[in-house]
Amino acid sequence: MSNGNMNLTLKVWRQKNAQTAGKFVTYKAESISPDMSFLEMLDVVNESLTLKGDEPIHFDHDCREGICGMCSLYINGHPHGPKRAVTTCQLHMRSFKDGETITIEPWRATAFPIVKDLAVDRSAFDRIQQAGGYVSVNTGVSTDGNAIPIPKVIADEAFNSATCIGCGACVAACKNASAMLFVSAKITQLGLLPQGQPERYRRVQTMVAQMDEEGFGSCTNTGACEAECPKEIKLTNIARMNNDFFSAKLFREESIHEEQHGGA
Amino acid sequence: MSEFKQTFNSSLGKKLIMALTGLFLCTFIIVHVGGNLLLFSNDNGFGFNVYANFLTHFPPIEVVAYILYLSILVHALYALILTVKNRKARPVGYAVQAKSDASWSSKNMGLLGSILFLFIVIHMGDFWFKYKYTNEVAFKEYRTDLATGQTTESAYTPASADFSHSVSVENNVEIVRVKDLHARVAHTFGNIWYVLIYVIAMGALSFHLLHGFQSAFRTLGWVHRKYTPIVYAIGTWFFAVIIPLAFAAMPVYYFFCVR
Repeated sequence: MSNGNMNLTLKVWRQKNAQTAGKFVTYKAESISPDMSFLEMLDVVNESLTLKGDEPIHFDHDCREGICGMCSLYINGHPHGPKRAVTTCQLHMRSFKDGETITIEPWRATAFPIVKDLAVDRSAFDRIQQAGGYVSVNTGVSTDGNAIPIPKVIADEAFNSATCIGCGACVAACKNASAMLFVSAKITQLGLLPQGQPERYRRVQTMVAQMDEEGFGSCTNTGACEAECPKEIKLTNIARMNNDFFSAKLFREESIHEEQHGGA
Repeated sequence: MSEFKQTFNSSLGKKLIMALTGLFLCTFIIVHVGGNLLLFSNDNGFGFNVYANFLTHFPPIEVVAYILYLSILVHALYALILTVKNRKARPVGYAVQAKSDASWSSKNMGLLGSILFLFIVIHMGDFWFKYKYTNEVAFKEYRTDLATGQTTESAYTPASADFSHSVSVENNVEIVRVKDLHARVAHTFGNIWYVLIYVIAMGALSFHLLHGFQSAFRTLGWVHRKYTPIVYAIGTWFFAVIIPLAFAAMPVYYFFCVR
């Protein structure tokens, strides 16, 4: 097993399912290598739990290279732990001190119900994406990739917003559990590029409507989301979303003509 | 109509209402602080009383005043609605919450706003209500000799109960009879507790606007590398420093220098 030199105390949130109440349980993580990732440390703890016949700690993970957005964990009061611009899977144990007590909690939001222990259901994000976070491509001949000129500044802004992995750290960090950083990143990414233009004003309305439906809070422009985002998505995206939304509602309705009533 | 309702009931729509009413209240306090600077002129309240009389008797101002009262109520009501909704979005809090870089005022807008709302109730009860709806504010008569520009003042007791104000010229002497709100202000600001309440409330105003002014621009979607630094500078120096200091100086000046 593990043969590192770090010994840690973990306070982990254990909860059987969404219906039952959860509580913190304390575990010892012994002989941990500082070169392990946070998730590998949990793997070691889970292995010893399994050997003892206990239920292992459930947590979300997938690619473990910081790009899939599956890992979560609210570690010592920070989504994805204390380091800036890293996901939990890319957080190394050398970021902690030997003998430290680490508190691990799930994302806390009504829209992210707990599945089990530290795993939460983030399908609310999928439903927001399905509401309009795409570009409709009709079949036909494939067009040349560089046929449409795009100014570099626009491409850069769109790509910066496109780095959002949809992990939900913004919701976890926000005091209002608002999803606006995520939603605005998607809206910016698609709305800036020419391919996303035709659906730009419809998209912002449907995605915001779905976001409200899911029960996320509102934005107070506090900026906790921007500070904790592992991909450093900018708060300015939210302002851009607001601008697009109000502009869509006030000036960009499909038809400005009044409805005809009665005879010819 | 349903499209309209849908827009303003959305999370962004509610924030739009907060931003618009908030910015309107910001423009109001510019006028309010500007007019009240007359309290610093050493004229026994002549300028201030005439100004107060103008505000309460000029119809367009009265219309704006009602929009103002409505804005205060809507701003507070929507803040309450949004806070309840935000709390519902996270019913179970975190056991450990690290110190964040976010500004203190941005996390305490509700507390600061509540202090301000309480202050507005006390403040309007003291001056606005007593001026408009009671006879507690006495009248004063200012006689200005138009040849020399000398002004003398004396108490004035109106002949009829519904007397509001009068301006007349007799023998080259201008006679102005108005309610003496200035005396009411001087009396209130002679009380150390009122002075403290006012100074604390202006502290709350400062922190509320430090976040609120620039946040309103973000909510409206008006953010740009070119002008956002200017918005920040105005929000910080003008709205969070100069205006609260000017307001707070009034009770302090009256308490220490005028009595």
